Amino acid sequence: MTAEQIFFVMFALGAVGGCLGVLASRNPVNSALSLVVAFFFLAGHYVLLQAHFLAILQILVYAGAIMVVFIFVLMLLNLHDDELGKARVNATKVLSVFVTGVLATVLVSVSLDFRDGAMQLGWPSVIDSEFGQIHPIGMELMTTWVLPFELVSILLLVGIVSAVVVAKKRL
Amino acid sequence: MTTIPLSWYLTLSAVLFTIGAIGVVTRRNAIVLFMCIEIMLNAVNLSFIAFSRFHLDHGGHLFSLMVIAVAAAEAGIGLALIVNVFRHRRTVNVDEVNLLRQ
Repeated sequence: MTAEQIFFVMFALGAVGGCLGVLASRNPVNSALSLVVAFFFLAGHYVLLQAHFLAILQILVYAGAIMVVFIFVLMLLNLHDDELGKARVNATKVLSVFVTGVLATVLVSVSLDFRDGAMQLGWPSVIDSEFGQIHPIGMELMTTWVLPFELVSILLLVGIVSAVVVAKKRL
Repeated sequence: MTTIPLSWYLTLSAVLFTIGAIGVVTRRNAIVLFMCIEIMLNAVNLSFIAFSRFHLDHGGHLFSLMVIAVAAAEAGIGLALIVNVFRHRRTVNVDEVNLLRQ
């Protein structure tokens, strides 16, 4: 195993463990904290893939901003056990987990098949030293992708306004 | 030159997506439900970035950027909705918020 593969396995175990922690813990605050851990490990994967800008963004926006909003709402609501509701196991739930498991088997087997056959291309070896950094991404964002960029800014504006409108007691 | 096969990244992405999907169908707390949706979005982001590196093309990075922006907007509006639902019903359990079903 090369050093990169060892790092991959470490980050993968961290990410999967963090995500399982979200499902397993009964207290939502613990779920939020394990999700932050998983996001940090995913940022490590992005660094391995030479997506440095996205890795920083993952930590700033996801682990920073979005999770702070989650934890803020959890503290605002201050849920007690009776408000969390009982954990029920019914037929629908078992059936949906089964269907999701089938979907997962298909996804994983397709992913593993990438090793074989025509997709055996290998990674490009010659790499631009600027790949994944802020300059080429910004250039492309402001030329080819300028319309989606502007649409996303409108979406965020609508999000801000509607969050205020929805959460306010009366306008 | 990386020595990690692309299939490893795709498998990890599939596993994370499945964990998120199982969380969405099993957990009933609306806030944890939102966290599971974030896990699924991140799994997709990971495969976008892996393919982006595989083809040496920035398209995947930019798409992940859009996904992150949409996730931020979604978290803001969704949590505002949850706060509002809690104010009216005193619960965040999605099984008990069933006025439309009655």
